[in-house]
Parts: sequence; structure tokens; C-alpha cells
Amino acid sequence: MAKKKTIRTIPQERTPMREQPASVRVKNFAEVACGFTLEDALRESERCLLCPEQPCVEGCPVGIDIPGFIQKISEKDFRGAYDVLTDTNLLPAICGRVCPQENQCEGVCTVGDSLEPVAVGRLERWVGDQAIAAGWANIPYIEPAPFKVGIVGSGPAGMACAADMAKAGCDVTIYEAFHQPGGVLRYGIPDFRLPNEVIDAEIGKLKQLGVKFECNTLVGRLFTIEQMIDELGFHAVFVGTGAGYPTMLGIPGDSLNGVLSANELLTRCNLMRAKEFPNFDTPLPIGKRVAVVGAGNTAMDAMRVCKRLGAEKVYCVYRRSRAEAPARAEEVHHAEEEGIEFHWLTNPVEVLDDGKGGVRGMRCMRMELGEPDDSGRRRPVAVAGSEHDIETDLVVFAIGTNANPIMGQTSSLKLNKRGYIDADDRFATSVAGVYAGGDIVTGAATVIEAMGAGRQAARSMKTYLGIRDAEVPYSIDGRGSGNRMFGIDPAERNFARIRAA
Amino acid sequence: MANFEIVAREDFSDVTYLLEVRHPLMAKAARAGQFVIVMSHEHGERIPLTIADFDRKKGTITLVIQAVGKTTKEMQQECVVGTSLYGVTGPMGIPSHIDKVRKVACVGGGLGVAPIFPHARAFKEAGAYVIGIVGFRNSDLMFWEDKFKAVCDEFIVCTDDGSAGIKGNVTFGIKRAIRLHPDLDEVVAIGPPIMMKGCAETTREHKIKTMVSLNPLMVDGTGMCGGCRVKIGSQVKFACVDGPDFDGHQVDFDDLMTRLKRFTTQEHAAVERWSETCRMTNPLKTLGIPARRGEEEALPDPFDEVAGG
Repeated sequence: MAKKKTIRTIPQERTPMREQPASVRVKNFAEVACGFTLEDALRESERCLLCPEQPCVEGCPVGIDIPGFIQKISEKDFRGAYDVLTDTNLLPAICGRVCPQENQCEGVCTVGDSLEPVAVGRLERWVGDQAIAAGWANIPYIEPAPFKVGIVGSGPAGMACAADMAKAGCDVTIYEAFHQPGGVLRYGIPDFRLPNEVIDAEIGKLKQLGVKFECNTLVGRLFTIEQMIDELGFHAVFVGTGAGYPTMLGIPGDSLNGVLSANELLTRCNLMRAKEFPNFDTPLPIGKRVAVVGAGNTAMDAMRVCKRLGAEKVYCVYRRSRAEAPARAEEVHHAEEEGIEFHWLTNPVEVLDDGKGGVRGMRCMRMELGEPDDSGRRRPVAVAGSEHDIETDLVVFAIGTNANPIMGQTSSLKLNKRGYIDADDRFATSVAGVYAGGDIVTGAATVIEAMGAGRQAARSMKTYLGIRDAEVPYSIDGRGSGNRMFGIDPAERNFARIRAA
Repeated sequence: MANFEIVAREDFSDVTYLLEVRHPLMAKAARAGQFVIVMSHEHGERIPLTIADFDRKKGTITLVIQAVGKTTKEMQQECVVGTSLYGVTGPMGIPSHIDKVRKVACVGGGLGVAPIFPHARAFKEAGAYVIGIVGFRNSDLMFWEDKFKAVCDEFIVCTDDGSAGIKGNVTFGIKRAIRLHPDLDEVVAIGPPIMMKGCAETTREHKIKTMVSLNPLMVDGTGMCGGCRVKIGSQVKFACVDGPDFDGHQVDFDDLMTRLKRFTTQEHAAVERWSETCRMTNPLKTLGIPARRGEEEALPDPFDEVAGG
């Protein structure tokens, strides 16, 4: 066995990932981060200490065996690394790109205590990309089960749930209201962050598992959840319709023609390919000076899309400071490199009319941070007399979403007081056989959290349907017995070495 | 779902045409007041169109379309019987509330004539006394007179030039109905925003409940983009999931009309570009449909286009 790695023997610097230079990439929609090379991946894999605590596994919403797949990379068993990844994560090429790793696996990495953490996301992406390039797919032998499962919504939650149910032998159909599957991966996340080919490849894998996709189908209106169970013969249904309904600014002028939601901008640009107008028919509002309100991932996407569409100036207007911005660190960094102007601690109070129904500017107040609020972040407070105008002709709001009302309008599913579907900790809803997960339960969150919810819901569905689930052996704390030595969790470290006499 | 086959087509004039599309599930689910989002081809835009009729036995839905934008003009040329649409999603929106009213006036103007038909039929089926009021520019553009007469207890036609029925717009018809029936419970109006605004203003002083069906620009039609937001009283609503029916006395029509002009420049450019690249200068000649009086010179009201996106 190789000599045990220590924090001193591993490569000290985190391996950088090659990127398109900012000046070039603001003129195209090709992917910004070019990914690791083989050498990069091998070097970075050496940085994992394979520590016994494995905090990264705990930090991952789906509990990927992170040291396991990294070890396979360092052993040059790339297919093996892919196998380890796909044990828990169906879509490594997607998650490696879009997960907020700094708050998850990388945020708790042991190496990160003294050096920069292991680049788990980049390694995951590398393995996922190898799989796509080589056409690897782990199609297990599937024992058919006599159950029909319907999935509402083809986003990350629905896809993750569908994969697990298909592997359990069920006849799975995913319904999507748009004309193309993928949900937020397709309409929301732009090509330069998640290329369409990657989504297509991952959807292709689901099809190989036997999952059927039905697009142009608005469940709730074309047929209801209850009809799926009563008339269409589904034994169980998973609802993963996403949060949807964008929040308005609620300030004077927010119905002007130059004001739109980030969802609308991104859907027009990504799904409807309005960036290729007039080859594609959908038009897109193009601003010379664009102000995007909000600082989450969606806001960063909207800003960078506008920049690529030719905006001269793009401003980020956010009422808190950079430290509170909810976007992935890498996205903020990329946006800064691309010349986005950040107006931290700035809150819009009015969108100014140009007299023709359009926008000429946005009146803002400066803010300062006060006491922490419910979210634990310091509450921004307006500074008296700090009104100032920002010159802009397009205002994009990316300030979150509310629950989409269609499921509530058309089914008897119980909703919580915020309008999201009420699901228990096993993702069961108030209707027997109907499960729900992702943003429609929790409110806007991340791709990987939605996938985690989809998988958990699949587990509950299997129990409900009475399918033997070999993936979940009995264990008291749910971590599986594999991690234990004589029934003792290695993380506990509550045993001492003794020397036999 | 794929393959939405066009099983019948009828041309009412050189800009207005009817498509009957096979979609058995939708025919079963559709109710008065709902709409669909249509994509004619893979590179197309998503346009909202109100369902003008549905036949549960035949398993078809009917759309009546006015060729005013690039997409609707292109569809006019390409959508013939036997071809298929790339995408038809729906039925979208909250179905109209067919109250147990005793007397109702169903008002349709221009392109709103076809979508008001399911309302008239639904109210008739619910046992109401139905007064149908439809408005056209002239008698040549009229269609579906028989269909309306079959479900209406009274049928009033209004034409701008007086070539049929009352001379004037539909508000004249509403005024007459109110005069003859002081006990009118409800008015439902569908048409261009300016016409619905006129209807709402006519009934406001009589305090008659007036429902209108709004047609803002949309992308997804599922509540996800907020492009279709409209001002209803002091609230902002999304027409796609909170509507499309709203209380006409509460709607801010001026805001709606401004918002409909969002993409006027791009729309004009798209039509021009399309007309130039299009080899057939007059598609209707090849289809053998004579142009009708009063249409070719009259520029279509931009608000007539239910399309958008």
C-alpha cells in the first residue's frame, strides 16, 4: 500500500481549471470553464487525504462517496470512479458544474482546514465528461416490477426520482409542460455554464433506463394528479414541478416594458434560443445598460447573458453585501471578471419611466447592515437621504420565486401557508401514493438538493409500493453498515489501540 | 405528446383561419375560457391561442387565428390538413366560472368572436338565457352565425359599417341588451383590449358583473416567466395561471395595451424579413381563397394578435 498521504505531502496548490479568457467569452455562449485535463484530474485527486472522517460525504446532499471516487481517479480506474459516482448521483456532469460545492463537500473538506479544499466539483465534472465522451452508462439488470410511476416535471428532482424508480423496475413516464425536457437545467441555466449537450447526454441515460418522456403535457390541466392515479393507472406519482412563479419588485414602475423577470429573460434566451433571433422566432429584449436586481445564481446568469447579448454595461444591484450574496462563489468571480459592475448595499425603490412605456433608469437607496434577521444574515437598513439614480434601459429582477399555483388549483394536495406542497420528511403528500420534492416543496433551492429530494422520494415510493430496495440495507442511522468496524463508526474514534501481551 | 395533426381547416377571410387539431386528451379536458400554447415548428415561438371550440367525441380542439404576426402568417401558409403542429400545450388557465346566472351576454369582437362561443354554449348548458353579441368590421368577415344562433336565445350582430345588424361596435349591442333586459346578470367579453375596455366602461355604470379574457404576451403559459403580468385593481396577477379571466371593472387596460407593444419593433422586423424570404407573395391565391372587401387595405389592429412570446 502506498505511503499514507499527509497534508504536507499532497500537492499544496489547488489545481486551477482552464477557462475562456473573460474578454473572449463575453462574446460567445460557449462554456466558460473548460474542465480539467487528465493530468489536472490526476494531480487534484492526489490532494485528497482519504481522511477517515469523510466530512465531504456528510456535506453532500445525496451523500456521494467522494473519497471513493477520487481514489479511483488516482488509481487511474476512471470507469470505476464513474461507477462510484453513479451509485448515488445520476448526473455527475451536471452536478459537477452547478452544485455550490463551497457550501457543501468542499466547504467541510479536511484539506480545506489548512490549504484550499480538494476541487471535488471539478473532479466530479471531469468524470462525468469522460463518461459522456466514452458513452459509458451504467444500465443495471432491471428486474421488472408491475408498477406504473408518473413523474410530473422533468427537472432535476423528477429526473433523479425517475432514474431510481426505473432501476427498481417500474414503468416510468415523465411529463413536462415545455416542448423539451430538462426543466431548470434547460430553461434556466445558460449554455456557458451548462451546455445543452450535457443535458441531452444525461437525459439519454434516463431513456436507456426505459424512462419515457412526454413533453407538451401540462399536468393539472390536461389531466389531474387524481386522474393519474384513478384513470391513467399510475400506482405512484412524484410531483417535482419547481417553484416557478417569479417575485415582482413591488415598486413603482415595475410593470414598465423594460422590466422583466430573470426567468423570462433566461427562458427566452436558453430554451427558446432567442439569442439566435431571427433564426429562432422568439424575440428578446436587449438593453444597452442592464440592471439586474439580486445576487443569486439566477441573477449572475441573467447578467452574464445580457453581457453576451451585447449590453455595454451590466449592473448587479443587491441590497446586502457581497458576503451575503447567495450565488456560488465561482459565479460571482466569473461575473466580476466579465466586467459586471456590482452595486452592493443598494436597494431599488422605483423604476423610472422614459415616457414611452420603457425604462430610463432606476432610483435606488443605499443600505447599511443592521442586526441579523431570521435568515441569520444582517438585515439591510436604508440610509436616509441616499436616493440616487442608476441609468438603465432594462431592469431584470432575480429576487426569488413563489410557489407555482397550478398544482394547488387542480388537485386536493394539501399546501402549506406559503403555497408550497406540504410533504412530510419522507416526501409523502396528503394524497396516498403521491410524493413531492424539490422547489415545489422547499421553495427555491439548488439542483443537487432537488435531486436529493427526488431520490429520497423514490425510496419512500418503493416502500409504499412494496418494492424490495436493495440499495438501502437496514441500518440504525441510515449510513449503511459498510462504514462500520465491529459496529463502531470510524468517525467516532472512541477506541484505543491496545497491545497484546 | 407529439404529432398534433391538423384535421380540418377553414378560411373565414384572407387573414382569419380556423384549424381543427387532433388532441383527444385536450378535447376531454378543455373548458370555456382556457387557452393553448402553440409552437408551429422547432424554431418557432410559443404563442397563446384561446380555444375556440372542442369536440370531445371527435377528440379535436379548434383554434381561430388571425394572421398578423410572423408566426401566424407562416402558419396560415403552412398549416394545411394533414400536417402537424410541433407543440400544442394546454388547456391552460383557470376555466371560466360558469355561474348559475339567469341572464348573460356573451360578447365577442374581432378575433374574440370564436373564443366567446364556448362561453355561450356553457352558459346555455347551465340553463341561462344567453344573449350573443358579436362585432365585425363588415358583414363579409362574419363567421359562425349558425353556431351562435344554436346556443343563443338572442343574437346581436354589430358591424362598423352597418352592413349587417347594428352599425357600430359591440358596446352598442351591449347597450341594447341592457335596455331590453334590465335584469342582465353578467357580461362576458373577449376581444382586443380596447374593445374589452369599452365593454367594461359600458357596464360599469349599470353595475353589471363583467368578465374579460386577457391576452398579454406569454412565453411558457405556466406561471414561470411573469411576462404576462397584468394589473388588476391594486394587485399584479399573471394572466396565464391567475386568469385569463378577470373582473373587467378592475383591469388596467392601458397598462395591458402598453405591455402588448413590448416587442413591436422585433415583430415588425420579423414579418418583413419573413415576407422577403417568402417566395409566395400571396399564399391565399394558391389556396384559392378570394380576398374579401375591407381586409386587405385595413392594417390589422396590433391588439388583435393574441400571439406574443
